Amino acid sequence: MSMLSLTRATLGKDLRLEWRSKDSFNSMVFFALLVVVIFSFAFEPSAEESRRIAGGLIWVAFLFAAMVALNQTWARELRNRVLDAYRLSPAPANALFLGKALGNFIFVVLMEALITPLFVVFYNLRILGEPWLLALVLLLGTWALVVNGTFFAAISLHTRNREMMLPLILFPISIPAILAMVEATTAILTGEGATGPGTNPAVLWLKLLAGYDIVFTSACLLLFDPILRAE
Amino acid sequence: MKSSVIFAAGALLTLALLANGVHQALVVAPTEQTMGDVQRIFYYHVPSAWTAFLCFFANFVASIFYLVRRSLRSDAMAVASAEVGVVFCTIVLVTGPLWAKPVWGIWWTWDARLTTTLILWLIYVSYLLLRRLSLSEQMPVVAAAMAIFGFLDVPIVYMSIRWWRTQHPQPVIGGAPGSGIDPVMRHALYANFLAFLAYACLIIWFRYMLENRQNRLRAMEEVSWVPVPEGAETSFADEALQSPGEAS
Amino acid sequence: MTTPLPVLSGGPGAPAAPAIELDHVSKVFGGVVVLRDVCADFAAGRLYAIVGGNGAGKSTLLRLIAGLSQPTRGKVSVGGVPAAGTGGRQVGFMSHESFLYDEMSAMENLKYFCALYGLGEPGREAACASAMAAVGLDPKLTRRVILYSQGMRQRLSLARALIHRPRILLLDEPFSNLDTASAGQITRLLAGERDAGATVLVVTHQAGLLHGVADEFMNISGGSLAPLAAPQ
Repeated sequence: MSMLSLTRATLGKDLRLEWRSKDSFNSMVFFALLVVVIFSFAFEPSAEESRRIAGGLIWVAFLFAAMVALNQTWARELRNRVLDAYRLSPAPANALFLGKALGNFIFVVLMEALITPLFVVFYNLRILGEPWLLALVLLLGTWALVVNGTFFAAISLHTRNREMMLPLILFPISIPAILAMVEATTAILTGEGATGPGTNPAVLWLKLLAGYDIVFTSACLLLFDPILRAE
Repeated sequence: MKSSVIFAAGALLTLALLANGVHQALVVAPTEQTMGDVQRIFYYHVPSAWTAFLCFFANFVASIFYLVRRSLRSDAMAVASAEVGVVFCTIVLVTGPLWAKPVWGIWWTWDARLTTTLILWLIYVSYLLLRRLSLSEQMPVVAAAMAIFGFLDVPIVYMSIRWWRTQHPQPVIGGAPGSGIDPVMRHALYANFLAFLAYACLIIWFRYMLENRQNRLRAMEEVSWVPVPEGAETSFADEALQSPGEAS
Repeated sequence: MTTPLPVLSGGPGAPAAPAIELDHVSKVFGGVVVLRDVCADFAAGRLYAIVGGNGAGKSTLLRLIAGLSQPTRGKVSVGGVPAAGTGGRQVGFMSHESFLYDEMSAMENLKYFCALYGLGEPGREAACASAMAAVGLDPKLTRRVILYSQGMRQRLSLARALIHRPRILLLDEPFSNLDTASAGQITRLLAGERDAGATVLVVTHQAGLLHGVADEFMNISGGSLAPLAAPQ
């Protein structure tokens, strides 16, 4: 069974299941909305200030909202012990992982696509930099969170206090990625920081994000098998 | 018995190195021009950071060994080096503000070294937390995977914080890398580094032996119910049953 | 002191090497010895019924053979290879947990398991339909599994276990929640697999259902596995 077709089968299954119940997705979107609104009360910035802090705020909102989805990642596999069935099958563990991670990625990006316009409205943002770069930050940054999040969610399955464990082990390792996302977003929103051609800080941070994504995607794919088999 | 002798010898050597380090740092090294005697914290702050990093590197190597060989001794080394590394990280995080306050009047400056150390501290504390809270029979496997992730993150953390600080410069505790340093001061720095390294090795070794013995004890308890069959493959537990009193 | 080996691969045409070998296997869970120095061989083309009280270690035994769990001591081999490393194509496992996705229909579940086991696209639909028919379920059922009765879920779980035509079948209480007719159907199905050369291990409280079908009866108690005379 090729890795690609199994990944596709797993992704298809997860998309279908989530589409039917939508509980995880709806909770995630609503939670992100709540966080954005609460931030609007916590910080009442002027237009200029809001451009500076919006980068940080939006990623904190996305981070917390993504945790809702990530905590649920393996919930269906735990019910009825489907995870045991995975262990028994000859299916390569990393194909299952990739399918799961891609499913999470799609849903979190969808959530971000819904929430970002709201954020722009609430904070009266005008993007002074290049918007397509922002899309790139969203994609690379979300993958950074989701790939490690899916992996660590599997690790946290066999721990005391499962839901608490995931953020505890995910956040420290994600700090450089979060820093990169925030800095890149802020640079794009404020359009400043470039000290000459080719030194756009957003591009610099994007490169760091890309590096982070490559390193950790490889690590996850290589190490998922023993994690799946751990009882 | 043999290991006690080696341990005692190691302890004496470490004490000697530490004493020398203190002497170098507090007596021999000249007083810094602008900051005065407070600057001497430098001789504890920087070597602790280097030592912590080496401990985490040892944890990385031990974790890889564990994943490849599945030997509980490697796992014992992993937990020992992580714990000692966290202790040295804590020293960096405490000495940093102790220095910054008298010199600049602020406790924390999000200085590159301090921030990187804080993130490393968070990563390895979460690693130790995972070890403690894991319910899995294969906890060492899971922990080893986390350790590898954590160490892979180290260069990324370092780079990202460096860039962050070049974008938003702040006062640097301990002098920016590359700034000139008096040779006598450098000597004191290395003397303390050697002393801390010796101390780290000593404590790691002690903790490693402790963990090994706890593993042995657990294995012995597990299989004490079960008869040892003739000709069966020996396991960690069998080694325990055959040589209960020997040092690892 | 080792437990005596149960009656081995008898009968004409039986292969020399046992399909499943337990070599001085012990399993300890948090201080409790669940299996104590078990030595047993299970041959291909035979159906074994395993009985025992609650918590006697029956499920643990199956999990060890399936490779889901590692023995504290000793070795479990399936087809000559250590159980954990077989990669699963040989083993079909059915437990009281259904291993099914509640929010998908029967066919969707089975088709996904076909994908997991690398069964090619073309024959999938037919294979799933015949598996469902074999356990007495209507292949045209589109209801989600969560709406099934316990008995139907059990039968679907069995279909899932059989979908990849495994050589080793491990079943944990397959007859609970089934009426007599269905149980009979399942028994005939298992006998058919056995006749085709599979090794079938059935853990059950209702050993009587396998009377006349099982080749051997065994009992687990006190952590040991021992042969049992067939119930009357």
